[in-house]
Amino acid sequence: MIIADTVIPDFGGGAGSCVRENKGICWNWVSDNWGGVLWPAVKQHVVLTAIAVVIGFALAFALALLAHRHRKLESPITVTTGVLYTIPSLALFQILVGFSFLGLNRLTVEIALVSYTLLILFRNTLTGLRDVPEDVREAAEGMGLTPRQILTKVELPLALPAIIAGLRIATVTVISLATVAAFIDDEGLGSPIFRAIQSNVFKTELFAAGFLAVALALLADATLVLAQRAVTPWARRQRA
Amino acid sequence: MTVEFSHVEKRYPGQADPAIRDLSFTVPAGEVCVLVGPSGCGKTTAMRLVNRMIDLTGGDILLDGASVKGRETAQLRRGIGYVIQQVGLFPHETVADNIATVPKLLGWDRGRVAARVGELLELVGLEEDMRRRYPAQLSGGQRQRVGVARALAADPPLMLMDEPFGAIDPITRARLQDEFLRLQTEIRKTVLFVTHDIDEAIKMGDRIAVLRRGGELAQFATPQELLMHPADEFVESFVGADRALKRLALTRVRDLDLPAPMPQQERDGRPRVADDAPLRDALAQILQSGGAAAIVVDAAGREHGLITIDLIARSLESPR
Repeated sequence: MIIADTVIPDFGGGAGSCVRENKGICWNWVSDNWGGVLWPAVKQHVVLTAIAVVIGFALAFALALLAHRHRKLESPITVTTGVLYTIPSLALFQILVGFSFLGLNRLTVEIALVSYTLLILFRNTLTGLRDVPEDVREAAEGMGLTPRQILTKVELPLALPAIIAGLRIATVTVISLATVAAFIDDEGLGSPIFRAIQSNVFKTELFAAGFLAVALALLADATLVLAQRAVTPWARRQRA
Repeated sequence: MTVEFSHVEKRYPGQADPAIRDLSFTVPAGEVCVLVGPSGCGKTTAMRLVNRMIDLTGGDILLDGASVKGRETAQLRRGIGYVIQQVGLFPHETVADNIATVPKLLGWDRGRVAARVGELLELVGLEEDMRRRYPAQLSGGQRQRVGVARALAADPPLMLMDEPFGAIDPITRARLQDEFLRLQTEIRKTVLFVTHDIDEAIKMGDRIAVLRRGGELAQFATPQELLMHPADEFVESFVGADRALKRLALTRVRDLDLPAPMPQQERDGRPRVADDAPLRDALAQILQSGGAAAIVVDAAGREHGLITIDLIARSLESPR
């Protein structure tokens, strides 16, 4: 796939000596290309990730509620999402592109990304719901909460830490996988990374885009940690 | 609210023997009825049939004459207080929100709920500043008090209590038992109380239903009757060989007719017992002193007479 030898190296911006020599990080390339290349890639990457995590969560949440109510569904759902999770990402992208109604576009990428979030989000949500202590559930039932009220007022709030833990893993995973997705859809931080690899491994662009992907993952993770603290004050007091 | 068990039976599918068979007894309104028996006797099952956490398969349970069958379960349960051994407080809610659970389900307005929470905290002896704590920040005893407050929140006429003090250290347990009995003299609920501990049954119950394995009623009686006239060998052995001592625990020193003031020479070196102490404690103190009598004093320190081993022994002869 890498076709570097057929292309005259094109290092993007100007032809400063640092860029020509490709020895280290060229800060002037970074600042010259921030507005035109890197920042737009970051924004695309956030959108790619957000869509995948939101849709993945909606699906996994619905599946978890189903499996919570009907125990029999747990194994088939776990197996299916587990298979999706274990398919190598490059292979999955290639398989999906093979379908005629899909193509080298964002839809194909999102299908792949969503399929990787399902197992984690499903398992964490279901575990969170199941781990509600039996005495708490019994007390709720005994006081006359309906099954729906037990779900919304007791089980879901108590499952929040597990659900958010799942969202953290899924989000970080998707941010990392979405860089590979540029292989079929030329957007996000994967785009500059691929271009750098194809341009005789242009280090500045490679490192800059890679660093931004890592930074984005850390930032997303930290945001979710803060969100969890905000919505589960009781869990914090518990540790105090 | 009277609770009538009428030929109640519970069979689980695929099991040859019923878990409860032909269980009949009636708990008068405002009394504490303790269901007691060895593990596997179906006492918890019997209790859970009342609020339909388990559905009965034969007979009926009548609450003030109305069958629990066919009642909407959530509705039925909101009208019955429910306390369990592990308490089951909602970890994600504050003490105030936990206590407010049933009133909120019943749609009380905020002001009424807040006022009721304050009332209940006081009733169960918790500080007002506990309101905003989370269950994880409470001791076991405090949690159990919140559990009782939560069960009492909507002022239900009937309380179901499943080993409510079972998971608590002995000293705190005794205090919670005493507090509950004091509370009960004020609130006069009908209470079904499950325990495996015969001493707790005797202490807490106005009436005791002793169940044997297989969910059969072995005896239904007041604590005194149960101790004086166990119905059969099973009850006798379950009550224990020390049932005479247990009866002494039911009577207080001041309930006996004490002989008039005694001569000075008999008072020297005698132990002093409080007039509200159970006879069992008085006997223990007398035995401890090596003598045969003790001086009875009231809370103000006034002497009320002499209590003797002989007098204590004679109290067992006639039922009070």
